[in-house]
Amino acid sequence: MTAEVNTDERSLTGQGLRLIRQLVTAHPLTFSISLTGALVYALASVLTTEVLGAVTDNVILPTFDGGELSGDALRSGALMLVGVILLRAASVVARRYFAGMTSERVQASFHRRLLDKYLSVPLAWYQQRQTGQLLAHVDNDVEKLAEPLHPLPLSIGAVGMAVFSAVSLFLVDVVLAAVAFVIFPMLFGLNRTYSKIIEEPSAAVQAGVGSTSAVAHESFDGALIVKTLGRAEHESRRFAVAANGLRSHQIRVGNIRAIFEATLDSIPSLGVVLMIVVGAYRLDAGAITRGDLVQVAVLFTILGFPMRVFGYFLEGIPPAVVSHRRLDDVLSSPVQSKLSSSTAVQSAGPLTVRVAGVGFGYADQPPVLADVSFDLSAGEVVALVGSTGSGKSTLAMLLAGLVPPDSGTVEIGGQLLSGWPAAQRTEAIALVFQESFLFGASVGSNIDMDSSVSHEEVADAAAVAQIGDFLSGLPMGYDTVVGERGVTLSGGQRQRVALARALVRKPRFLILDDATSAVDPKVEQRILDGLRAELSTTTLIVAQRLATIMLADRVLYLADGHIAAAGTHEQLLEVAGYRDLVTAYEAAAL
Amino acid sequence: MSATEEQEFDDLPDLRTVDLLRRGLAVSPEIKQGLRATVLLGLAVVASRLTVPVVVERAIDNGTTGATGVDFGYIFTIAAVAVGTVMFGWLGGIWAERRLVERSATAIANLRIRTFDRIHALSMSDLNESRRGVLVSRVTSDAEQLTRFAQWGLFVFSIEPMVLTGIVIAMALYSWQLTLLVVAVYLPVWPMFRWLQRRQLLAYDRLRSRVGDMLSSFSETLSGAAVIRVYGAEERFGAQVGVDIDERYRARIDSNKFIAGTFVVGDLFSAVAFVAVLVAGLTQREAWNLDAGDVVAIMFLVSLLQQPISELSEVLDQAQIAAASWGKILGVLDRPVDVSEPTNGRSLSAGPIDVEVENLDFTYRGGEQALKGVSVAIPAGTNVAVVGQTGSGKTTFAKLLCRLADPSSGAIKVNGLDLRDVSGPSRISSIRMVPQDGFLFDVSIAENVMMGADGESSNGESSNDESSDGESIDVDAVRSAFKVLGLSWWLERHQPTEIVGQRGENLSVGERQLVALARAQLADPGLLILDEATSAVDPEIDEALTAALKRLAEGRTMISVAHRLSTAEAADLVLVFDQGQLVEVGPHHELVDRGGVYSELHRAWIGNTRAAR
Repeated sequence: MTAEVNTDERSLTGQGLRLIRQLVTAHPLTFSISLTGALVYALASVLTTEVLGAVTDNVILPTFDGGELSGDALRSGALMLVGVILLRAASVVARRYFAGMTSERVQASFHRRLLDKYLSVPLAWYQQRQTGQLLAHVDNDVEKLAEPLHPLPLSIGAVGMAVFSAVSLFLVDVVLAAVAFVIFPMLFGLNRTYSKIIEEPSAAVQAGVGSTSAVAHESFDGALIVKTLGRAEHESRRFAVAANGLRSHQIRVGNIRAIFEATLDSIPSLGVVLMIVVGAYRLDAGAITRGDLVQVAVLFTILGFPMRVFGYFLEGIPPAVVSHRRLDDVLSSPVQSKLSSSTAVQSAGPLTVRVAGVGFGYADQPPVLADVSFDLSAGEVVALVGSTGSGKSTLAMLLAGLVPPDSGTVEIGGQLLSGWPAAQRTEAIALVFQESFLFGASVGSNIDMDSSVSHEEVADAAAVAQIGDFLSGLPMGYDTVVGERGVTLSGGQRQRVALARALVRKPRFLILDDATSAVDPKVEQRILDGLRAELSTTTLIVAQRLATIMLADRVLYLADGHIAAAGTHEQLLEVAGYRDLVTAYEAAAL
Repeated sequence: MSATEEQEFDDLPDLRTVDLLRRGLAVSPEIKQGLRATVLLGLAVVASRLTVPVVVERAIDNGTTGATGVDFGYIFTIAAVAVGTVMFGWLGGIWAERRLVERSATAIANLRIRTFDRIHALSMSDLNESRRGVLVSRVTSDAEQLTRFAQWGLFVFSIEPMVLTGIVIAMALYSWQLTLLVVAVYLPVWPMFRWLQRRQLLAYDRLRSRVGDMLSSFSETLSGAAVIRVYGAEERFGAQVGVDIDERYRARIDSNKFIAGTFVVGDLFSAVAFVAVLVAGLTQREAWNLDAGDVVAIMFLVSLLQQPISELSEVLDQAQIAAASWGKILGVLDRPVDVSEPTNGRSLSAGPIDVEVENLDFTYRGGEQALKGVSVAIPAGTNVAVVGQTGSGKTTFAKLLCRLADPSSGAIKVNGLDLRDVSGPSRISSIRMVPQDGFLFDVSIAENVMMGADGESSNGESSNDESSDGESIDVDAVRSAFKVLGLSWWLERHQPTEIVGQRGENLSVGERQLVALARAQLADPGLLILDEATSAVDPEIDEALTAALKRLAEGRTMISVAHRLSTAEAADLVLVFDQGQLVEVGPHHELVDRGGVYSELHRAWIGNTRAAR
């Protein structure tokens, strides 16, 4: 909320107007066209009345009075009418089309800013926010932010008309003008009060949209669990709480708005009546003529429409400000620091890894890793073993540079990992997760991630990952589109695609976080054989099965937040905790 | 119905706006409730709006005389009348709008809930085919789009035609010939609006689709953040989402064209009407017996037509938006539910369940046959392991057993009843599946475990806590579930109140599966189906679980889909699937040396786990 922090004393409307100035000045061309349209419209509206009056005076009345129809007068009258109406119509098209365009450009630019932010925040940032909420920012908040931009040009036109009529009023009579000046401040005062009252409920509506979206997203994400647990009714109740909460906030806002709108509608009408009464006294006093009074009444009636438009504009401001705060809260989140180091990193071949005194803990929880230190030499294949929840996955994430350690250092290729340029880091280091995430795209693009790798390279990686056998069973082969998160594939198939995705990049440091846990034993065997034959990188395998462990030159045993033991499998069998862990299968099978 | 074309419920039903609105109003009846009374209140507003110019005109004409004469009595009277009508209109306006706001907010909330329910009633194949972002947008932004129409559109649509009629009647009082002329001039507005309408509807439909696309790609970018980071694919993904942002922008600009266009149609026709009245009024003044006042009055009334016509065109625009949104939502609501609950469902008795599978075939919508002629009898209380290669049909078999889908042909009988005849609640409490993905809700461990029991098995003797959403949490029951599984040590490391994060991401995959198993334990079903539920648990826990599950199996029928053959070794009966067929059935010791598919699988597994020594 950087923008608003030091302006707390500013009224909401003040903040809103400043925000809107910011938004439109970013799109000067479209906004100027729509504003011009609005001003021409205001002018044309006044002109239309003038022309109608002129046609009455110069064409209709003389014709009936004199009994002679002048063709010229009729033609020029008709032309004037058509001309002024066409002008008005053109101005409406220009205003609406370009006001819409301004608003849409603002929205698209916020969509892009959100996208950039979502792609650059640290991974831990996601853990504090619900995906559904983040989607609601993209959808609802951006829309509400841009809403006042539609009526804005006409509102400015309305202000123009108001000034124009105020000046006319002054020229007619100072006292009547003074009456008008009582009414304008009343309108602004009304709006100020409205903004103040509506701010909190309006924020509640935005928050309600966010939580409705969050519940829906989580619930649809867990649709299978909802089905298997028979939780549909419970989920429905949970969603109903969110939806009905949103409903009651909307009703609260609507009720306040109803009073505001009706009042906004009534003030000009009452103004006209007041004007007539005061005007009658002025007429009686001989200060004005009857014609003046008529003119004043007409001026005031004309003002009715722009005033309403201005009201709509003002109405949109509190939600826009509230949305902007919500968006700003996201947009001002610090991005993952990108230390662009110019130091050259080891240029080719398998990378060395040196981890020294690394500690890490998730927010509000005891540290997962306390003091982890180990070295991997280039090209070494090392297994990382530890019980469930011992921090293996966390360590894998630290080594891939996805999260920075709380303490200690990770050096890869002789260079601090935090000093690696991001592009080089992601090219050189590949991490395959325990839980493989596939995008709702073709198998092929899930493997090459739309980077420029050749078909042969994809095929090679696919062969090692043993994708061939199930891929040949799919009607479209590599072009088969999988469901979001890869749901249309089985767990084992998903893991193999994710593995191929890593292998195709020929990483120089490969981290496999229990990446074959869901693969059938037979297939896993073939994958491991393939890896053994093909591997020419430094490899860290988080492993649970003995065969996987056996692939490694060396084993690291992670327990109680540090490397409790390191060595060959045979050496580690002397360590009680390790022995119990890895031989559990055999014990179970005996 | 053709599944592929209807994917994602994204096609506009082949209906006109009117039909869509009619159907839309049928699924949101609240919008029309009490509309008549609201319209009457609205008329008070219209009356007050119209009164003011009349009052001004009266005051000037009758309240003043000559250049400066004033009849104060008349002025005050008429001012009082005006203030009265304005206040009346004020009250009527507030009242009417409050009613409209409440009705529309209620209608939309209920529509959201109904749509949400329907989405959960859809089959897993439907759900897997659709993107989460699209589904979310159906219950959020698509429903939200109805607000303006529901709150205001229908109301204005009820009032403005009356205003139009009033103006036309007023015209007729001056000259019926000129009135007919004006009406004739305006007639082509109708077909023009209709022509524009269909285009507008299509434009808005495209817009709704593009909004869904954009939200989906955002949603994927958020869910897949870790993978995107690992592969440094931010730019490529950004570019893809950027395309969706641009597409939405273009769709919006495209629909904008029509709004701008529709809005001036009325304006353009008024120009023609003015000229027609002017020309006809002046040339036919004797034939039609007109005086100057008639022509001036009709010119004035033509200018009054402007507002209702532009309001109506605005309503038409809102109606297209609403129709497009309803179209999207109806796409969900109209989707047939593959698995429908029986009307007079039978109940399963407590205790282990006897399963009989007869000639089971299953073909996915895409045409892929996953199961062929599977027949097997599983006596109550048997501990069964289902094994087979990836894609052999074993997971599909498990899904059919808990009725996530119905067989294409053949039948599954539980305790002699066709599974399709068992009532939903009875099926849910007696047959449970623990799916492969250990999805957890973003609440505490205890609440996630309690979801297994759904309040049925709380026995009142233990301490009750209130969870965040009001469900009663029986921490002791949760602890004992872990204890039975021999997993108390795990629960001691994590407090039952620990919040697990989105999808359970604060826990490791293995830990999520532990929670899912504790959940199943607490539910105590007569038939428990585990779908590779222990795939990511490390051997230490797997061993504890194998033991626990074996004990657990004694009270029930248990069917475990597993690739860890330790599960198969411990089972009473092993079902071996290969290419959709059940190829081997028997206990482990019979199958292991038979030289078939199972022997081969087992050999690979042995090699894999014991290569060490």
